[in-house]
Amino acid sequence: MSEVLNALFLALLVILAGAAVRVRDLVGAVLILSAYGLTMSLVWAGMGAVDVAFTEAVVGAGASTVFFLATLLRTLPREQPRERRARPATLVGVLLLGGLLLLAIHEFPAWSDPASPASLHVSPRYLRDGYRETGAPNIVTAVLADYRAYDTLIETVVIFTAGVACWLLLPRRDP
Amino acid sequence: MTEFLAYAVERYTYWAYVALMLIGFYAMIAHGNLLKKLIGMNIFQTAIILFFLSISAKRGATLPIIPPEAGELVVAPPHFMNPLPHALMLTAIVVMVGTLGVALAVLIKIHRTYRTFEEDVILRQT
Repeated sequence: MSEVLNALFLALLVILAGAAVRVRDLVGAVLILSAYGLTMSLVWAGMGAVDVAFTEAVVGAGASTVFFLATLLRTLPREQPRERRARPATLVGVLLLGGLLLLAIHEFPAWSDPASPASLHVSPRYLRDGYRETGAPNIVTAVLADYRAYDTLIETVVIFTAGVACWLLLPRRDP
Repeated sequence: MTEFLAYAVERYTYWAYVALMLIGFYAMIAHGNLLKKLIGMNIFQTAIILFFLSISAKRGATLPIIPPEAGELVVAPPHFMNPLPHALMLTAIVVMVGTLGVALAVLIKIHRTYRTFEEDVILRQT
């Protein structure tokens, strides 16, 4: 993706995120969040992370929205979220965090620098030997399903636990 | 001054990540509505994933998929993007959905008991 398009999409992301937080209607906020997820997946596809972009398009723009809307349908909140004056302490905390993060920017490599430390240290070994060792042309698949197969396996336990927790928490239809 | 401007423009992606993180953080701590807090959490998480994925980008590189005809040839790592952040962040997205599902289930439970999403109303009832 060209630099300009990338910058435009990043600006759109910030606008959508601000709108999702600002909008008072809850259904509206959830739908804006869905648009945010779709834009986010486009940005990731532009950065070359196609596998993650697919997942975000399905999960961030699709499944999360369905979860949110199902919650709203179940509860039908009658009141709108109230406007509250932000307390000064809150603003100070947010700005303090922002300042710390901005201070750290110059420690990081420039955008898409091929000589950034993350790209020089471990990953060349996987790119060089991954296909030969695992037979998977997609190195992300090779890392996920071969080098880190146990991690991915236990990941299903996380999802199972979350599913059981939801099943236990959700009220039964007929009490 | 122009030096600083050029420097700031060169790192423009980091500004976007910081802005997204702050928006999410602000929604999490300042909003009284529990559903809005969850929206903020979602934005915060995706901002962190965006930051990690941006590390893997390399100028002039292609996707980390090795063409099969490369065979026994030595693959040049600078021509392919860094696959490790991608694999890590796929795991992170799965955790994100898990936390969101459980949080929404807790939210339904809270609404069953207190009939509201507003934090201050709930605190007054307890």
